[in-house]
Amino acid sequence: MSVLVYTESENGVFKKASLEVASYAKGIAEMMGTSVTAVAVNGGDTAPLGTYGVDKVLNIKDAKLAAFNAAAYAKGIAAAAKAEGAQVVVLTQSANAKYLAPLLAVALEAGYASNVVSLPESASPFTVKRTAFTNKAFSHTEITTAIKIIGLGQNAYGLKETSGAAATEDFSPELGDFGVEVQSVDKATDKVPIADAEVVVSAGRGLKGPENWGMIEEMADILGAATACSKPVSDLGWRPHGEHVGQTGKPVASNLYIAIGISGAIQHLAGINSSKVKVVINNDPEAPFFKAADYGIVGDAFDIIPELNEKLRAFKAANS
Amino acid sequence: MKILVCISHVPDTTSKINFTNGDTTFDTNGVQFVINPNDEFGLTRAMWFKEKQGASVDVINVGGPETEPTLRKALAIGADTAIRINVAATDGFQVAKELAKVVQDGAYDLVIAGRESIDYNGGMVPGMLAGLTGANFVNTCISLDIDGTTATATREIDGGKETVKTTLPLVIGGQKGLVEESDLRIPNMRGIMMARKKPLNVVEPSGAGTETNAVSFEKPAPKGAVKLVETVDELIDLLHNEAKAI
Repeated sequence: MSVLVYTESENGVFKKASLEVASYAKGIAEMMGTSVTAVAVNGGDTAPLGTYGVDKVLNIKDAKLAAFNAAAYAKGIAAAAKAEGAQVVVLTQSANAKYLAPLLAVALEAGYASNVVSLPESASPFTVKRTAFTNKAFSHTEITTAIKIIGLGQNAYGLKETSGAAATEDFSPELGDFGVEVQSVDKATDKVPIADAEVVVSAGRGLKGPENWGMIEEMADILGAATACSKPVSDLGWRPHGEHVGQTGKPVASNLYIAIGISGAIQHLAGINSSKVKVVINNDPEAPFFKAADYGIVGDAFDIIPELNEKLRAFKAANS
Repeated sequence: MKILVCISHVPDTTSKINFTNGDTTFDTNGVQFVINPNDEFGLTRAMWFKEKQGASVDVINVGGPETEPTLRKALAIGADTAIRINVAATDGFQVAKELAKVVQDGAYDLVIAGRESIDYNGGMVPGMLAGLTGANFVNTCISLDIDGTTATATREIDGGKETVKTTLPLVIGGQKGLVEESDLRIPNMRGIMMARKKPLNVVEPSGAGTETNAVSFEKPAPKGAVKLVETVDELIDLLHNEAKAI
């Protein structure tokens, strides 16, 4: 009857988002008076999961699952849910989790609520608060099926340490047909992905041309941040498509979002609205983005950013 | 190849979002409705398959009569036939289940859906449709090529992209990238005239139930005003000491 949480790992190391969903699963388990079981694929050291509330880990060790496959992973997680008699299954909102979630929902005949922002408001009826209208509203959604799947919004809950330890066992479910075969993966190994980033440094047309992006990449480097861009910049080919954040690009839910030379079109704001602190640097005091920002400087990015970089570098050196 | 493109009828991005009936329903008063942005990229890509590979392209929506203008826009862009399943869309599962029956009855080879709609952001219809019909599924699809029954697709992953190979029948959760923004088809006068004569078939729902229920809605607390500073030093100080963001 436990709460099941799918904890993603990369090269065996559990991601920060996995520790967050583990903490959240623990919160639900406490509400329901039950325990937390994590299911992992080719997981390594599971001690961090124990630190964040997991009691038991079912580890699926299979070389065929080294590359992500939504159908197979969904089958494995469904088998774990059935083995544990889980009534609630918690997932992150990573690209892979969002890919497998609907397949898992069909396998378990489970209702699925995505972009959930807090613990259930009640256990019966089982109601959760989630974002809707692309971050312009919240919906209080009841899941009416016996098994409930929750996709927890990035950065929505935080990490809560417990003093527990996770007992780990091997788990070998039937995986069925994979259906989709990976041919190649194109992923920058030295850059922070936007989806995992605590800080995102983003720039737009105010930078005037792709040749001016050096200072943006420098800021990202100083802050250990991901780089992002507005839609026009992506459409112009100044920056790779993968950096486009906004309604038709990637969502951003980082702790800090720094927007440089971006006016703040509604589609852009919709996509980045889940980030916690927004800083805007723009030389147009009428730029709509200032209405959505927490902090701002009106001025020329070409003067401000080099100075900001120099001072951030000093700040980081003094504060690490 | 028979292609079905799923079209969601959604409020335009610039719409004011308000709720009525004790905050239980979205207030459609004065709201302009459009084709869901993610679906537009899929529809244009479907046109490419029609023109270059002779595919047939149907478009479908689950909704009441108010969604027909949106379906007509899709016909004006070049689809052959529109289908409206005559029932209000109530949750992702119900929509997927209603679509599944039409997909199976129509023996579609390829279903192109948007990865997420901008109104309810469920992100589940494409995947559930694949699960219910036994089709292969590729989500966050940013490129798609079909050769016979083999499909080569690229999906956007966290930090990059991945190229995969699979077979028909296939469902994709599409988005920007399937075609470039500048290649998006828009209805021209001729398309609009022709759309009036193309079939828009209304089918009765199979009666799919829901798995979730949006009980009520809430708007976020109004945002405080921005704190404008003059110097970089002040900004760093506020980010560190006040916002605790660095």
